Amino acid sequence: MPFVSPESFAKQTIASVQDYSILCWRAVANLFSRPRYWADIYTQMDSIGVGSMPIVVLTGFFTGCVLALQSATSLEAFGSVSLTGNLVALSMVKELGPVLTGLMVSGRNASGMASEIGSMKVTEQIDAMRALGTDPVRKLVTPRLYATVFMLFFLTIVSDAVGIAGGALVSVTLMGLNASSYFHNSYRALQYGDVVQGLTKPLFSGFIIATVGCYFGMTTKGGTQGVGKATTQAVVYSSVFIIIVDFIVSRAMIGIFGR
Amino acid sequence: MAADIAPVNLPQTRPDSDSAEAIVVFKDVSITFDIKPVLQNISFIVQRGETRIILGPAGGGKSVLMKLANGLIRPDTGTIRIFGEDITKMQETDLFKLRERIGMVFQESALFDSLSVEDNVAYRLHEEHVPEEEAHNRVIEALRFVELEQTIAKFPSELSGGMRRRVSIARAIIAKPDLILYDSPTGGLDPITSTTIVELVIKQRDVTHTTSLVITHRLQDAFLMARNRFNEQTGKIEPIPNGGIDDSTKFLVLNEGRVVFDGTTHELVHTSDPWLKEYLS
Repeated sequence: MPFVSPESFAKQTIASVQDYSILCWRAVANLFSRPRYWADIYTQMDSIGVGSMPIVVLTGFFTGCVLALQSATSLEAFGSVSLTGNLVALSMVKELGPVLTGLMVSGRNASGMASEIGSMKVTEQIDAMRALGTDPVRKLVTPRLYATVFMLFFLTIVSDAVGIAGGALVSVTLMGLNASSYFHNSYRALQYGDVVQGLTKPLFSGFIIATVGCYFGMTTKGGTQGVGKATTQAVVYSSVFIIIVDFIVSRAMIGIFGR
Repeated sequence: MAADIAPVNLPQTRPDSDSAEAIVVFKDVSITFDIKPVLQNISFIVQRGETRIILGPAGGGKSVLMKLANGLIRPDTGTIRIFGEDITKMQETDLFKLRERIGMVFQESALFDSLSVEDNVAYRLHEEHVPEEEAHNRVIEALRFVELEQTIAKFPSELSGGMRRRVSIARAIIAKPDLILYDSPTGGLDPITSTTIVELVIKQRDVTHTTSLVITHRLQDAFLMARNRFNEQTGKIEPIPNGGIDDSTKFLVLNEGRVVFDGTTHELVHTSDPWLKEYLS
């Protein structure tokens, strides 16, 4: 593999950031002008939202279970096993629910978007769409963007709920805690700022998943090998961005709400 | 019966062919990919009703030229005028409007593989919100033209290469465009299927007299188009009598990104250019 000069690497990187920014702007702005592809938005909502339910439910549930199991060991040392509900609820709602849901949906859908759009790109279907007078960003990217942002928000709520339920199952059946006290502690632990923080993150994650997945799909080159590369890059970049943005949003929310 | 059929090279059959209205104008168009010049100072004009066959060896920039003509890529220098409008400076949103008047057949068909043949052919009609029944009837009509009515409910993956190419032609002509761009419609097909596709191009040329650009690297396809016509009475392709050639069919030959010939069939076969002679032999 030949070495790339620092100058051309810098130019390529800046050009990619520019293309990505333009794609994001056009994808967002397209909803505010005609034509709007509502049918495609609903189809994508079904595919991304309903289709991701099983993995989100399973991930959320078992994360809640393992969180309860692990935290109970530490809390036992301080005689505070009854606070397991607090810990599970706060961890799930503020951090694990949004991040894990984002990562799981990224693995499933960013890759799907990159491979689907990438395949269309290398088989000239994107060019055919343009030749037929349709804007591919409007037809393919905008519906995926709005569908992902909208559905990830609700998937995160589902993940939080089943995570807390999973924690409850472990706490009640394995650790002998009282179910009522678990749920009461969970409810009491959560404050307005925690919920806002937990539900702001999926908006950013959804934006990252859709735009990164579509960007790599739209810039695919080099046949089937290129599609594979675009798919891998989409998952890697979107996952890393989700975690970085999670940190930034967490810091900003702590600054705003003080917790 | 042949006397009843107006030969396709007679002016009266083409009311617009004598008008000086240029549909496609390339002027000093150049484009470079990375550091490799793909097209250099390309200039030519295609008049209304003309069928321009673009010949040349593989890698000569023919497909790039076709994409430039549809505004899918922009040249580095030079101007391209389509229907009198300079598309090199046009916004993409304006290009979408312009492309509604252009039909394009891609090299590998480029059918939407997740849509059925009907939805593929009706794509543009659906975008224009044409009523479902009217769209269906027009799809049937377009598929009948390419003799593929029976495939209406199939998906592209269920069709052969030649059938996909024919569906692609149906998709390009359904909106009755003013300009059709055929990017290697016979590329990768066996000779018999290629002939079927070329016959469809001739049929489209002689029935609607639509201006078209046709890329091919097969000389026999090019000369088949120049020497044959569609007989509307028999519904068949037949040689133009007395060894005649179709007046509206002209040639553009590209080699290594440059125009090496721009003229009529007669001028092409009587060329004195050594490279062209060798290429044609």
